[in-house]
Amino acid sequence: MTTLNSRIPEGPIADKWTNYKNNINLVNPANKRSIDVIVVGTGLAGGSAAATLAELGYNVKAFCYQDSPRRAHSIAAQGGINAAKNYQGDGDSTYRLFYDTVKGGDYRSREANVHRLAEVSANIIDQCVAQGVPFARDYGGLLDNRSFGGVQVSRTFYAKGQTGQQLLLGCYSAMSRQIGKGKIKMYNRHEMMDVVKIDGKARGIIARNLVTGEIERHSAHAVVIASGGYGNVFFLSTNAMGSNVSAGWKVHKKGAHFANPCYTQIHPTCIPQHGDQQSKLTLMSESLRNDGRIWVPAKKEDSEAIRAGKLKPTDIAEADRDYYLERRYPSFGNLVPRDVASRAAKERCDAGFGVGTNETGEAVYLDFSAAIMRYGQEQANIHGHHDASQEKIQALGTDVIEKKYGNLFQMYEKITADDPYTTPMKIYPAVHYTMGGVWVDYNLMTTIEGCYCIGEANFSDHGANRLGASALMQGLADGYFVLPYTIGDYLSNDIRTGTIPTDGPEFDAAEKEVKDKIDFFISNKGSKSVDHFHKRLGKVMWNKVGMARNEKGLKEAIAEIKEIRDEFWKEVKVPGTNDSMNPELEKAGRVADFLELGELFARDALLREESCGGHFREEHSTEEGEAMRHDDDFAHVSAWEYKGEPADAVLHKEELKYENIELKTRSYK
Amino acid sequence: MSTTNGLNLTLKVWRQKNDKDKGQMETYQVSDISTDSSFLEMMDILNEQLINEGKDPVAFDHDCREGICGSCSMYINGEAHGPGREITTCQLHMREFKNGETIYIEPWRAKAFPVIKDLVVDRSSFDRIMASGGFVSVNTSGNTQDANAIPIPKADADKAFDAATCIGCGACVASCKNSSAMLFVSAKVSQFALLPQGKVEAAERVQNMVSQMDDEGFGNCSNTGACEVECPKGISLDNIARMNREYLSASVSADK
Repeated sequence: MTTLNSRIPEGPIADKWTNYKNNINLVNPANKRSIDVIVVGTGLAGGSAAATLAELGYNVKAFCYQDSPRRAHSIAAQGGINAAKNYQGDGDSTYRLFYDTVKGGDYRSREANVHRLAEVSANIIDQCVAQGVPFARDYGGLLDNRSFGGVQVSRTFYAKGQTGQQLLLGCYSAMSRQIGKGKIKMYNRHEMMDVVKIDGKARGIIARNLVTGEIERHSAHAVVIASGGYGNVFFLSTNAMGSNVSAGWKVHKKGAHFANPCYTQIHPTCIPQHGDQQSKLTLMSESLRNDGRIWVPAKKEDSEAIRAGKLKPTDIAEADRDYYLERRYPSFGNLVPRDVASRAAKERCDAGFGVGTNETGEAVYLDFSAAIMRYGQEQANIHGHHDASQEKIQALGTDVIEKKYGNLFQMYEKITADDPYTTPMKIYPAVHYTMGGVWVDYNLMTTIEGCYCIGEANFSDHGANRLGASALMQGLADGYFVLPYTIGDYLSNDIRTGTIPTDGPEFDAAEKEVKDKIDFFISNKGSKSVDHFHKRLGKVMWNKVGMARNEKGLKEAIAEIKEIRDEFWKEVKVPGTNDSMNPELEKAGRVADFLELGELFARDALLREESCGGHFREEHSTEEGEAMRHDDDFAHVSAWEYKGEPADAVLHKEELKYENIELKTRSYK
Repeated sequence: MSTTNGLNLTLKVWRQKNDKDKGQMETYQVSDISTDSSFLEMMDILNEQLINEGKDPVAFDHDCREGICGSCSMYINGEAHGPGREITTCQLHMREFKNGETIYIEPWRAKAFPVIKDLVVDRSSFDRIMASGGFVSVNTSGNTQDANAIPIPKADADKAFDAATCIGCGACVASCKNSSAMLFVSAKVSQFALLPQGKVEAAERVQNMVSQMDDEGFGNCSNTGACEVECPKGISLDNIARMNREYLSASVSADK
């Protein structure tokens, strides 16, 4: 068993990153011109990395499966981005952001990485403003902030409910500038099919041109994986339809350990599933919990009447409503972290208080009526309408809410045909983000030399649960401010290497493997579509490896996923040809990888006999249903080494040492 | 929700093997479509049906399915993104249609957006316009000045944001009788022209982006406003007016 070296620098936590930067090797500008870097994925992490590396002078080749880098799924992030600016003077600091993130992650993240993230967070906001990202501002012209779950300060910067879009378009602008200069060669509609290793180092990739079907060889001195999360292993999630694990899984199969696959974030506020024809789920931003109050009826008969269509939520008197988050967690109320809020919603629905009128019956209310009246009264006071009617106050308040969350309310109305200004939203948890991912050291390098992994695709910063508005922060921190330093230290050894040839046996072998698999899919005349298998996998994952897990269910899931996988390889049917645009062929390759990941995911969940963050084992909970961690046995990262079948994967442990934050039971009460 | 009475529909879909193929409309039937389904979920059902019949499924661009990535791009019953205002195709729901209806589904049609396959078109001309000037020339450093060093009037910040919400889907081009990209280009020009960070390069930016737009084969703007009507993000024609002012003043004062 190899030992995992996380390469955390020595010294006090607040000095580690500064000392590290002062002591690494640099590559001079002339030498950077002879070094190539491949970046796979163009979301916030990949886009910011590609742009920054190109600005520094490296030759960057960037790949995305979409028709433009601007469409990566970071674009859909709604609520905001955290930064320890303390513009509100409410007690925020680098330390507090660091502390909140470690605590929010349920003490399962690496202290040194999280501290570095908190340190560079403020630079991100400065950089984005300089790029022309139009963040929300107040009437004095300064940047505005709001609050997100799991914290008691306002440190979230935002652009209405489209913060991810604005930040990604900022990255895309920076990339476009380098594409125009020729420093980034952009490969749109290309999918990475495998990584190529030469002498143990990542030296290139095999890619498929998704328009022509051509298989291409691309070499580089380092390969950066920035391909996002694997939430689509559940079939239904808030991820984009094309989001997949394949780039991460391919490097895993070539030697990169995969860490904590069972850490998944189920987001509490999503639009409930409408039925069997559903293709994906839509998030309603956590920012809504600043002003929305979550409730279900306090009486079971009221819930039943609502489900039967005999009562409307507005018929339920205030005294008969159970604001269960405010009741259970008075100090954080509706702004408890996501894992806590999700489990609380499930608990109420399982107990028979759900209000869904869809096929599942599962939903709770997110209600803005109190906020509308509160803001309306404030506006009436400001404008001197001292005897304003209730209707007037409501109209004024509606206007405020519209300005804050207009696009989210519109999105909700389009999907459900309900007007959330006058009736509460119905929401239910859905798979949203994966904290687990490819294992990386402090340098963000995987266990393959020269292969880096950044953003959601890696495992490093969020422990077992990610706080809201921290994904954008991590993606941009990795790409703009961390990787450009760490990769330079590595590439300083390559200044005399010269261009890596693509005609060697390693490229031959990798290309053959890719082509063989594609030929198999095209020639396998099975009887069932790719989606058929993906949906079956998703059902097993949601029912047995979802919000609550137990030993029996996980063992069943492992067996069932293996069965589905075996059947997939016999019965999958892929129409069309390999030498043209073929979306079904693309999906087949991705689902094949999900079918392997799913089993490892369940195994990881089975082995982790504790509850922490998004991983909740029913056997390990208190009488009140709160999670019970077991720090003596599980204060480690589970990093899996590929050995063929998921059942044969070998576990390596990285012990997590908490030198700056005391390990405590997380409480939001 | 009304999932009980599913819709039976006739679909007339543009099929085209590749950029060289001439292409033609094909007719398909789908049945029992839930009114709560999205338009793209209806397309998924059609494709599942085609796969089971051993036929090639319809290729169409889509990804986020929540109206923000700008991938989906269908021309439905003669309108970009179909009936309804300020939505993308993925946000269009089947409750907008009637049982027994015939729906015509075509790709974006514009010289600068060649068809790749079926409903998929090549919009890389937009990327090239962006690469010609759609940015602020600032490197990543971590030493830029503090984000609050320059206060920006809220009205300007809000207008810049509204322009910046463009998703680059191309509905403006597809809806325009001249296939003009003025709304798309003006949204980016406006976002930066309204912000102090973008003002520095404003003159050069507008000239370069307009020049690239012309080179790509987009048509001229004749102010009919179809683009604004069909834009899923409600990008205003005011942006085109602003771009024209920027362009004029850049042309008058340009050194080159």
